[in-house]
Amino acid sequence: MSVDKATVAKIASLARLKMDDAELERMAPELNKILSFVEQLGEVDTAAVEPMTAVIPNHLRLRDDVVDADPLTGGGKRDAVLANAPAAEHGFFGVPKVIE
Amino acid sequence: MTNLTELGVAAIRDGVAKGDFTAREVAEGFNANVAAAQEALNAFIVATPEKALEAADRVDADRAAGKPLGKLAGVPIGMKDLFATKGVQTTAASHILEGFKPEYESTVSQKLWDAGAGMLGKLNLDQFAMGSSNETSYFGNVISPWRRNDGGNAPLAPGGSSGGSSAAVAGRLAPAATGTDTGGSIRQPAAFTGISGIKPTYGRCSRWGIVAFASSLDQAGPMARDVRDCAIMLEAMAGFDPKDSTSLDLPVPAWEAGLSGDLTGKKVGIPREYRMDGMDAEVAKAWDDGIAWLKDAGAEIVDISLPHTKYALPTYYIIAPAEASSNLARYDGVRYGLRELPEGANLQDMYAATRAAGFGDEVKRRILIGTYVLSAGFYDAYYTQAQKLRTLIARDFSEAFEKVDVILAPTTPTASFALGDKLDDPLAMYLNDVFSVPASLAGLPAMSVPSGLNREGLPLGLQVIGKAFDEQGVLNAGLAIEQRAGFAARPERWW
Repeated sequence: MSVDKATVAKIASLARLKMDDAELERMAPELNKILSFVEQLGEVDTAAVEPMTAVIPNHLRLRDDVVDADPLTGGGKRDAVLANAPAAEHGFFGVPKVIE
Repeated sequence: MTNLTELGVAAIRDGVAKGDFTAREVAEGFNANVAAAQEALNAFIVATPEKALEAADRVDADRAAGKPLGKLAGVPIGMKDLFATKGVQTTAASHILEGFKPEYESTVSQKLWDAGAGMLGKLNLDQFAMGSSNETSYFGNVISPWRRNDGGNAPLAPGGSSGGSSAAVAGRLAPAATGTDTGGSIRQPAAFTGISGIKPTYGRCSRWGIVAFASSLDQAGPMARDVRDCAIMLEAMAGFDPKDSTSLDLPVPAWEAGLSGDLTGKKVGIPREYRMDGMDAEVAKAWDDGIAWLKDAGAEIVDISLPHTKYALPTYYIIAPAEASSNLARYDGVRYGLRELPEGANLQDMYAATRAAGFGDEVKRRILIGTYVLSAGFYDAYYTQAQKLRTLIARDFSEAFEKVDVILAPTTPTASFALGDKLDDPLAMYLNDVFSVPASLAGLPAMSVPSGLNREGLPLGLQVIGKAFDEQGVLNAGLAIEQRAGFAARPERWW
């Protein structure tokens, strides 16, 4: 399977990456080279194989249902959460207008 | 007095504890080396000499007060700039995170500070840890302290993605450094620069506070000048962390105390599929040397087969970009980092403009690949198939480990190469990781130790892969190689 410029433009749009024509032209053959390399996996019969979900057997833990059980990752951290925001306003993240 | 920057982790720790020298003297020595090398090697994105001195002063005061000292008391280290450090810029070598100062400290770095280590600075790396030569950093290439012996002085790759870490340790700018390994990012740069590095079992070191690349593969580990120093560092870095859902709830073994280069009764597997057509003759020779050394250490050598080896790299280049495309979706110009807001742009335009300006080419390439293989209609053919291959690759290892205790292989297919050599061909760059990726996909502990120099005067590394949770077996086989390789070469200081 090979991707053309239009397909790359579609993927770039899905990935929210702005790309001009020249960039799309350059990326298409690079992606095709990588894709044709990974496509060799298709030659392996995996009908009876389960896809891996966890590389090391582990069990997922549940924490106690307590508010702010871990003070570091619990609530009450608004200022810290906003500290690196490019546009924090009135205790919120500022974004361009989304409703006309 | 000895030059303190010649000392490794164990020697510094012991010397500080005994009072042969102060932690401050050590920190001052390494701070000076960091500053002197910055222009030539570009190993650090940010130097933090004041942090190194503060930590050292605390250790010296504790010692004077007769308080117990930590495992790494007085040891200044370099921190890969992928670990969140509170109040100190953390960039993942990207423009999109330039200026980002975390409000919190990563678990691994906090553990190191708690053990008495100090921070010399944040080390350069490939952008978002994506690369094998440290040429994708927004903050410029790291130059290896090593040069070929042909007098040509071509700048060489320190490996990647932990290229700042490898260059700093090899150049005596730090006795040890943290690295992270997703497909070989600790082992390959260690091999390129004649140092040691270990990636532990997936889950040993908490991923909390490490900028995520491919979460099912990312593991932190130490890089240092020898096996003992790696063991000491790893003990301080590892341990259960409830803040990482994949963290292993297991006690941290006393790896340093358990070190032994006697491999009597151990079986070492030699995977025949790693002996590839057209293999570099000197790499093959180094592998044969390693086999002889482990035999000499008392081990029995066993031929083994890992039949799906050739599929490891293509499997990795589906799974890692897929996870990366998902992880990197968080960089949107809203919550932290760069924001690009062209005149009249709406929210969607802002996302796309921010990400276009903030990510480098290799990162974009991997996001596109990842988005493509996860997209509707292609998901099963690419991603599900890769996850099935991952099962088969892991199964190969578990079957082999029914017969052997550790596996020996080269770390990389070649020694270091000149910067720029592989930049135009992403696939050629990816092939660097052909020997390191399989153990990553299987979540296994693996380490690289130097074996010798090639004809060009550049280091080669041997890789030991172990059973899950058996870092001790890996370290011990590494030690057996180290004791017999007698690797004492170091880059001549030209910077």
